Amino acid sequence: MSEAIDAEGLIKRFGAVTALDGLDLRVRTGEVHGFLGPNGAGKTTTIRVLLGLMRADGGSARLLGGDPWADATALHRRLAYVPGDVTFWPNLTGGEVIDLLGRLRGGVDRTRRDSLIERFELDPRKKGRAYSKGNRQKVALVAALASDVELLILDEPTSGLDPLMEEAFREVILEEKRRGDRTVLLSSHILSEVEALCDRLTIIRAGRVVETGTLDDLRHLTRTTIRAELTGPVNGLGDLAGVHDLTTEDGRVAFDVDADALEPALKALVAAGVRSLVSQPPSLEELFLRHYTRDEETAR
Amino acid sequence: MTGTLSLLRLVLRRDRVAMPLWVLGLGLLPYVYVTGFDTLFATAQERMDYARISSANAGFVALYGPLHGDSIGELTVWRGGFVPVMIGLAALLTVIRHTRADEEAGRTELIRAGVVGRFAQLAAAVLGTAAACLVMGVLVVVTLLGKGLPAGGSVALGAVFTLSGWVFAGVGAVAAQVSETARGARTIAVLVLGAAYVLRMGGDISALGDERMEWLSWSSPVGWLHRVFPFGTDTWGPALLTLVVSVATVGAAAYLSTRRDVGGALVAGRLGPATAAAGLSSPVALAWRLHRGLLLGWTGGFAALGLIFGGVAGSVAELTADSANMSDVFSRLGGADAVIDNYFATTAAICGVIVSCYAVQAALRMRDEEQTGHAEAVLSTAVDRYAWATGHLLFALLGPAAALLAEGLTAGLVHGAPGSVLSASIAQLPAVWVLAGLTVLLVGAVPRLAQAAWAAVAACLLVMLVGPLLEVDQRVLDISPFTHVPHLPGGELTTVPLMVLILIAAGLGGAGLIALRRRDLPA
Repeated sequence: MSEAIDAEGLIKRFGAVTALDGLDLRVRTGEVHGFLGPNGAGKTTTIRVLLGLMRADGGSARLLGGDPWADATALHRRLAYVPGDVTFWPNLTGGEVIDLLGRLRGGVDRTRRDSLIERFELDPRKKGRAYSKGNRQKVALVAALASDVELLILDEPTSGLDPLMEEAFREVILEEKRRGDRTVLLSSHILSEVEALCDRLTIIRAGRVVETGTLDDLRHLTRTTIRAELTGPVNGLGDLAGVHDLTTEDGRVAFDVDADALEPALKALVAAGVRSLVSQPPSLEELFLRHYTRDEETAR
Repeated sequence: MTGTLSLLRLVLRRDRVAMPLWVLGLGLLPYVYVTGFDTLFATAQERMDYARISSANAGFVALYGPLHGDSIGELTVWRGGFVPVMIGLAALLTVIRHTRADEEAGRTELIRAGVVGRFAQLAAAVLGTAAACLVMGVLVVVTLLGKGLPAGGSVALGAVFTLSGWVFAGVGAVAAQVSETARGARTIAVLVLGAAYVLRMGGDISALGDERMEWLSWSSPVGWLHRVFPFGTDTWGPALLTLVVSVATVGAAAYLSTRRDVGGALVAGRLGPATAAAGLSSPVALAWRLHRGLLLGWTGGFAALGLIFGGVAGSVAELTADSANMSDVFSRLGGADAVIDNYFATTAAICGVIVSCYAVQAALRMRDEEQTGHAEAVLSTAVDRYAWATGHLLFALLGPAAALLAEGLTAGLVHGAPGSVLSASIAQLPAVWVLAGLTVLLVGAVPRLAQAAWAAVAACLLVMLVGPLLEVDQRVLDISPFTHVPHLPGGELTTVPLMVLILIAAGLGGAGLIALRRRDLPA
C-alpha cells in the first residue's frame, strides 16, 4: 500500500458554513506530511473526518486502506492522535492518562514511554488541571508517540511548547522518520518546523487545497526577489509577464519575478549591463503569506 | 470592586433566558396555588377539613413542611414549601456558573487581567442572583396582594422566597472558592442544600409526633424559613437570621477568595501515581474513575435520607396512637397502618424524583466529556462509541438503583419493615430510567439541547407538587413517568406499568445510542 491517507473531494458542511469544500489529501506511507492553512481553514475538521469522528457530506476517504467511518475502531488500533486543544480529566494524573490511552489503543511500550517522559521533562504525577498548556501537550504527545502505530496524526502538536521542547519534538519525529515505517500527518503553523521535518506538504484555505507537493515544488511556484544596479537603462522589463512590483531609481531596479519569467528578466538585465545583483530565493514565509492572504489580494 | 457593574451586565446578558424563566416560573407559583385553592374548596369548611387532614399527614409534612393554620394564605405557603429549595438550587447554580465555572474555563483570567477589582466577579455573580431573587419576592407580594391576601403575610412570603435564594447564593459562592472545578463546587453546594432540606424534614416530622428531634429543623436555613409562618404568626426572627447568614456566607466567600490564586482552590490538588493501575484499561474502568465520587455521594446521601425517613416514621405511628381528637381524620385516611403506608409512599416518590437528578447528571456526563474534548481523546483510540457510552450509562442506570437501594434499605431497617419500604423505593427505578433514557436520546439526537433533560426532571417535580392540587387533566399528569409507578406500600404491585416504563426507557435510550453512533462528535 503506497498511500496511508487518500481523501478525495471531501465536503463537510455545518449548517450554512462549508468547512470542507472538495478537499483532496494524499499522504504516502512512510512520509512526514505537513498540513497547513490559516485558522479556520478546515485542518481539524479534515482530521476529524479521517478519524471517523465526523462524517463527510461528500467525497471519499481511505485511511490505512480502510473506511475511516465504518472501520473506525479497527483503524484506530493502528494510529495515534494528538488533538489540537488538549484537556484531560482533572482527577487523573498525566501518567495515568498516558497509560490509559495507550491501553485503549492496544498497548504501551513501557521503555519508550519512560524515555519519552524523560526527554520531554514531564512530571507524570501531576493531575489534569495542574498542568500548563505546554505540559498537557506533552502528555498527549507522549501518549501518542509511545504506542507502536503505523500512523501519527498530530494537530498543531507543538503549540504551547517552549523552544527546547520543540527541539525535542523535532528530534523524536526525525528518529521516527529514519525508522521509515511510520507515517506522520503534521498540522502546524511553525514554518521552520515544517521545513525541518516534512517531505511533502499540503496547504489548504477555506476548505480547499491551494498547493500540494514537496517544498522544492512549492518554492518553484513562487517569486524570486531581484535587486540590481545597472550600467545603462533597461528596456521592456515592465512589459514582461511574470515581473511584478518593478521600481526603477538612479539605475537601480528591484522587482519580484515568477520562476518561469526569471530567464527573460535576467536577459533584459544583462542586456542593460549589470554592476551588481542580489537575488533572494522565495522564503517559505512568503510562500505561506501569499496563500494565506490570497483572499485579500483578490478582493483588491 | 472596579468593573462590577460591567460584569453584572455580562451576568444578566448571559442569563437573559434562564433567569427570567426561573424567576417567573417559581415566583408565580404562590399565585397559582391561591387560584387552585380558590377553585378547589367551595366552602370554608371544606378548606378547614383539608388543612386538618393535611397537617397530620406525615408524608405531606415531609415534602412541604409544617401546616399550622387553615387560611388560604397559610395553605398556599405550606403547599409551596418545596419552592424555597428550588429557588435555592437556581441561585447556587447561577452563582457557580458565573464564578468557578468561568474560572475553570479560563475566562476569569482574561477578565481579571482587565481593569477589574479582585472581588468584582464574585460581587457581580452574587448581586445578579440576589437581584433576581428580589424581583421574584416582589412578584410574590404583588400577585398575592392582587389576589386580596393580607399585606403582612404577602410581604413575609415574598421575603421567604427572596431569602431562600440569597442564603443559597452565599452557599454557592463559598463552594466556588472551596473546589477547583465547577462540578465539585456544584456537588458541595447541592449537598448542603439537600442536607438543609433533609434536616428540616426530619425535624418537622418529629414535631408532629414526639418532638424529640424537632431541633433538626433549627439547624437548617430551609427550616428557619419555614418558621416565618407567613399569614400565620409572621415571625420575622428566623428571616432575619437567614439574612445575617446570607451576608456572612458571601463575606466568607470574599475572604476565602483572597486566600487563593486565580484558578486555584482551597482544596489543592496533590500529586498522584505516575503510572495507571493495571485495571485502568477500559472505558468502563475510566467511567468508574469519573463517576465513583458521584456514586458514593448519592448513595451515602440517600442512606442518610433513609435513616431520617425510617427514624421519624415512629413519630408518625405515635401520633396516630396518641391523638384521640384526630381519630376521625385517621379513620378517614384508613387507620394507622394506612397513614404509615401513605407516608412511605410519599417519601419513596420524593426519592424517585430526586434521584432522577442523579440519573440525568450521570447521563449528561457524556455531553460534558464531548464538550471538554475528553471524548475525542478516547474515541480516537480503539474504543467504539457504544463502548464509550456504556461506561457512562452503567452509572446513569445502576447508580440511582444503588441510591434507592440504600435509602429503602436503611429506612426499612430503621422502621422495622424492610421488605415493603424497600420495594416502594425500588419501584421508582423504571420511572427514573425513563428520564435517563430521555437524556441519552437528547445527547444522541439533539446534543445542543441536551441540558433540556433538566426541564424534564423539573416537569416531573411540578406534576408531583402542583398536579393533584390543581386537578390538572390526567393526560398532563400522565406525561410524568412517576404518575405510573404503583402506589407502594399499601397499594397493589402491578408489574405491567413498570414493564412498560422499562420498555420506554430502553426504546428512548436505544434510539439515543443509535443517533449518537451516527452523528458528528463533537457536535
